[in-house]
Amino acid sequence: MSTDTPAPTASQPDKYLAVQRSDEFAGLRRALRGFVFPMTVAFFLWYALYVILSAYARDFMGTKLFGSNINVALVFGLLQFVSTFVIAWLYSRYADRKIDPVADRIRAEIGEVTHEDGPRG
Amino acid sequence: MKTVLAANPLLAAEAGNHTARNLTITLFLVFVAVTLGITIWASRQTKTATDFYAGGRSFSGFQNGMAIGGDYMSAASFLGIAGIIALYGYDGFLYSIGFLVAWLVALLLVAELLRNSGRYTMADVLAFRMRQRPVRTAAAVSTITVSIFYLLAQMVGAGALVALLLGIKPGTTFLGMDAATAKVATIIMVGALMIIYVTVGGMKGTTYVQIVKAFLLMTGALLMTVLVLAKFHFNLSELLGAAASASGKGDKLLEPGLRYGVEVAGNSTQTFYNKMDLLSLGIALVLGTAGLPHILIRFYTVPTAKAARKSVLWAIGIIGTFYLLTLALGFGAAALVGSEAITAQDKAGNTAAPQLAEALGLEFFGGDLGGAALLAIIAAVAFATILAVVAGLTLASSSSLAHDFYANVLKKGETSERQEVRVARISALVIGAISILLSIFAQNLNVAFLVALAFAVAASGNLPAILYSLFWRRFNTSGAVWAIYGGLLSAVVLVFFSPVVSGAATSMFPDHDWQWFPLSNPGILSIPFGFLCGWIGTLISKEHDEEKYAELEVRALTGSGAH
Repeated sequence: MSTDTPAPTASQPDKYLAVQRSDEFAGLRRALRGFVFPMTVAFFLWYALYVILSAYARDFMGTKLFGSNINVALVFGLLQFVSTFVIAWLYSRYADRKIDPVADRIRAEIGEVTHEDGPRG
Repeated sequence: MKTVLAANPLLAAEAGNHTARNLTITLFLVFVAVTLGITIWASRQTKTATDFYAGGRSFSGFQNGMAIGGDYMSAASFLGIAGIIALYGYDGFLYSIGFLVAWLVALLLVAELLRNSGRYTMADVLAFRMRQRPVRTAAAVSTITVSIFYLLAQMVGAGALVALLLGIKPGTTFLGMDAATAKVATIIMVGALMIIYVTVGGMKGTTYVQIVKAFLLMTGALLMTVLVLAKFHFNLSELLGAAASASGKGDKLLEPGLRYGVEVAGNSTQTFYNKMDLLSLGIALVLGTAGLPHILIRFYTVPTAKAARKSVLWAIGIIGTFYLLTLALGFGAAALVGSEAITAQDKAGNTAAPQLAEALGLEFFGGDLGGAALLAIIAAVAFATILAVVAGLTLASSSSLAHDFYANVLKKGETSERQEVRVARISALVIGAISILLSIFAQNLNVAFLVALAFAVAASGNLPAILYSLFWRRFNTSGAVWAIYGGLLSAVVLVFFSPVVSGAATSMFPDHDWQWFPLSNPGILSIPFGFLCGWIGTLISKEHDEEKYAELEVRALTGSGAH
């Protein structure tokens, strides 16, 4: 209860440093960052484009597309929903295949780390 | 009976009104009784600190996804967005989009890493490789500030609802209370209930309350959407057209620009400020979610990072569906209730959704009594919504006060688990009392708008520190403290000097004027400022703990040693 991290045994800090410097861990870090960073930039720019068009391109956003009342603004907004669902699904698939197996393997190699209240709280 | 009532419309309306009142009170009492039952049951299962703070980490991804939905879809989402769409059309939809897209930040960058490396609070991760006391103090201050902003919004929503529900009109009374007194009484009652949920049920009780609420809210919103669409032959274009013509604003209602980024003819400065305000709101919405303490602590209620990911995926599905429904609710209210009737009841539009329910009931379920019944059901759902969210907020802030400030700062970690949980319960009481008092002053503001401010404060004060902490090797204590206080202070100070607080007819203090900051949402300045402060603060200090960073990174990415 005294700190938020487990009291490490004498060798644990070295162990984490060694793992962090291993090629396997570098690969895991690359796999994670290689997906989440570009994806974050992509959805942020896509969303920013939507907000900026809402502010500065009113005529364009008001253009009627089909039906008598469906305009670009509405469709653009709905596309933001679609892109969010798709990115979430892509990430979940990617993490299942490329992240979880590596993370599980490294965790198993490190071995059990105990806490006062058990390994899973 | 019905024909007699119909022969006398006045009498019928009166009877409907009474039925609505009684039914609302009954349904609400049923909800309160059920949730209190759950809370008491949960209290029996709550023995350790992990039970109290994290529900024993025993929830599944789906359960937590529902609970996240229940925690996140607040009065702002239901009452506020529907109200803004009803009054200003398309601009309200911007909130729905921002609130949803924001979940990608949480999913991709924060949820799993936080779950793996933290234990009870946001500060567990921020303070992981830092000096505990300064960072935890800063994180507690920020957690409580954000949560209180958010709490205000919910309580204001509750106050707005009650006058409508109890049908208290100017000059009439209910149990001897006029409308203003009843609002205050409601705020106090909501505050008291949330204090009970949290102090008695802890995270486990709160989570179940949120799951029940998410189910009720989704059901209610779906029912109303189906009725609205049925009225317009399941033709979205027809609904939009009816809303546009009923509003008297025509096609403008369906385009951005009636509420945000308003173009003021002949005043290019004001037009510029208005556009900046829109961008500012957009940034705050998308970056706020992953900095909200009451959302972050939900990731601790599941056993693994994979379950945390699953819960975010469920949450995105549930929340996304709900926000799509806000289109039907908002434009439905614009078409079927009309802005005049909405603003007559609540200036900020917070009662549009329940008023729509009344109109739909009137149309589909046999006249006044049907209207009264549907109003009562939706109103009870709205109360449930508010209660579940305020409970989550109170839990987040009292956890932080007890775990971060009391146990790790005041007692330097030398306290028993029992004592810490006792302090958390007392904190819930204090924070509840403070938010009750503040809410009484904020009653004229739109709740979606108030929540947007909470998002701005969270995105400025918390998000930079969280992201630096997880991804920047060089980050240190000084950087964390600078990032939190810099972002938090700039956001709060800018809000204080904005038209939200003073200097405009719609301000919190309309009779005073100390306003000089032109935007009503500070995000566009305060969020980059928070990131900048974290960067400068880091560079001016030489402190760096390579071993602790290795431990944080390995644990965050692999789940080794996760609590």
